[in-house]
Amino acid sequence: MKIGYYPGCSLLGSSREYGESLTAIAPLLGLELTEVPDWNCCGASAAHSLNHKLALALPARILALAERAGLSELLVPCSACFTRLAGTRYELSKDENLRREISRIIELPYAGTTRVLNVVEVLSRAAANGLKEKVSKPFGRKVACYYGCYLTRPAALNTCKRAEDPQEMDDIVKVCGAEPIDWPFKVECCGAGLSVAKLDSVARLSGQIVDDAVRRGAEAIVVACPMCHTNLDLRRDAIQQYRNQQYSIPVIYISQLIGLTMGLSPDKLGMQRHHVPVRFERAAQTISTPAPAAAASAAAPAQAGTAEKRG
Amino acid sequence: MSGSSHHEHDHSLAGQVKAATGESVFNCYQCGKCSAGCPLGPEMDLAPNQVLRVLQLGLPALEEEALKAESIWLCLACETCATRCPQEVSIPKIMDYLREEALRRGVANPKAKDILAFHRSFLDSIKKNGRLHEVGLISAYKMRTMHVFQDVNVAPKLLMRGKLKILPHKIKGRDAIAAMFDRCAAASAHAGQTTGHHDEADKR
Repeated sequence: MKIGYYPGCSLLGSSREYGESLTAIAPLLGLELTEVPDWNCCGASAAHSLNHKLALALPARILALAERAGLSELLVPCSACFTRLAGTRYELSKDENLRREISRIIELPYAGTTRVLNVVEVLSRAAANGLKEKVSKPFGRKVACYYGCYLTRPAALNTCKRAEDPQEMDDIVKVCGAEPIDWPFKVECCGAGLSVAKLDSVARLSGQIVDDAVRRGAEAIVVACPMCHTNLDLRRDAIQQYRNQQYSIPVIYISQLIGLTMGLSPDKLGMQRHHVPVRFERAAQTISTPAPAAAASAAAPAQAGTAEKRG
Repeated sequence: MSGSSHHEHDHSLAGQVKAATGESVFNCYQCGKCSAGCPLGPEMDLAPNQVLRVLQLGLPALEEEALKAESIWLCLACETCATRCPQEVSIPKIMDYLREEALRRGVANPKAKDILAFHRSFLDSIKKNGRLHEVGLISAYKMRTMHVFQDVNVAPKLLMRGKLKILPHKIKGRDAIAAMFDRCAAASAHAGQTTGHHDEADKR
C-alpha cells in the first residue's frame, strides 16, 4: 500500500536509526513510503512558543505539498511532528478564515484532504493484518511501552482510545511476542524540547520514567518518538548523575522491535547507533500473553473508529 | 479568528486571550488539576491555575506579572493539563499566546533566556535551510548563551554513531520558507497593534 511519508528533521540526524528501521520494515509490512517532495521542518516546539501563525504555516506547507502530490494519507513517525501536523489540520478545519489566511501565507492551496497518521496507527493496522505470521523471532521480554505526550494528546485528535492509559502500542508488542508491563509512566512527559536549555528538568522527568520501568521489571523501554528517545537514551548520563544511580535498560523504537522479531539484523535497524547499548542480561523467553491475535483484531475496529472521528 | 466574548472586557489580557485563541479563562473554576499534573509545576513561579487566576482578576499590574512569569516559558505543551481539565480549558494555547504577548511587550522573564535562545536558534536554522540543522542549532545556541562547553562530551558520541550531519539539508523552497517567516512576523506584530492593551481588542 502506498502511503505518504514525512520523516521530519530528527530522522535525518540524531534519530536516523528510527528512519532506517522504519524504511527497513515498511516493505515487509506491505507499505510503500512516498516522501513528501521538498518537505520543510514542522516548527516543533520553537514555532508555537514564539509565533502562532508560523506554528500553523510550517505544517500547512507540508500538508499542502502532500495534497499536491496526491497523498491521501501521511505517516508522520515523529510524535512531535505528528502533533504539529495533525493539530494544524484540526485547527484549520475548524476555522475557515484561518485556513484562508494560512493558505495565503504559504502561497499554496490548502484543503486539508491529507489525513495525518502516527506510527502507532499505521503499525496497528499491520498488527491486525498478518504481522503475527511474519514474526520469526518472538521478542520474548518484558517491555515498558512509553507513549509520551503526543501519541495520546491533545485528546481532541483521538489518536488513542484512552488518553491516560493507552493500549495501542502494548497490543502491537504483544503480537511481536513481548510482554508489556502495566506501569503509571506511559504518558508522563520526558521533558521534551528542554533537553538543551534545561537539562536538569529533563534528567528529573526522564529519570522517573527510566527508574519506574526498571523497578517494574522491564528489560527495554519501547518508544515512538525521537525526542523521547533522545531524553531517555542520549541523556542517560544526565539521568544517572541526577539520580545517583546506574541504569542499563536500553531504549528501542517500536520499528526496531518489530524489525528484530521479523528477523532483520540489528545493524540494518540502526541498533548500533544508540547511546545505551542494546544488551540483555538474560536470554529471550517464550511469553504467553492472553491471545495476542484477539488483541490484534481488537485493535482494528479501534483504529477505524479513530479514523472516522478525525478524518 | 474567534470574536471576543461579551463578559470579557476587551482591554484585559483575558479579553485578548479570548479574541486570539477562543479560550475563556472564566471557564476555569480553580480546581487545580492542571497544576497537580503539570510535569514542570514544581519548578514554576506561578502554577498554571495561578496564571489563569491572574487573568481572571484582570488587574493590569497582576496581568503583567503573568507575562513576566518564568512559568509561561517552562510550559512544554505536553497537554496533560488540557486532557484533565474538567472545563476543557486549553492552557497550552493560552501559554502560547502569553509567550507571544510577553515578547511583544518586551517583558519576557530573564531566567527564560536560555529557552528563548534555543527557540530562536531553532527558528533561525529553519528560516535559513527549510529544515532543522542540528549542528547549526547547537552552535547558534552556544553563541547566543555563551554556554560554549555544554554537551562537549555528547558531540563525539553522536559523530561516532553517524548522527552528526556537518552540512545542513537545504530544501529547494528556502525562499518560500523565508517569506513565510516574514509574513508571520508581520502578522504577529499587527496582532499586537490591534489587540494590544492600549488599543481596542476587537478591531479585527
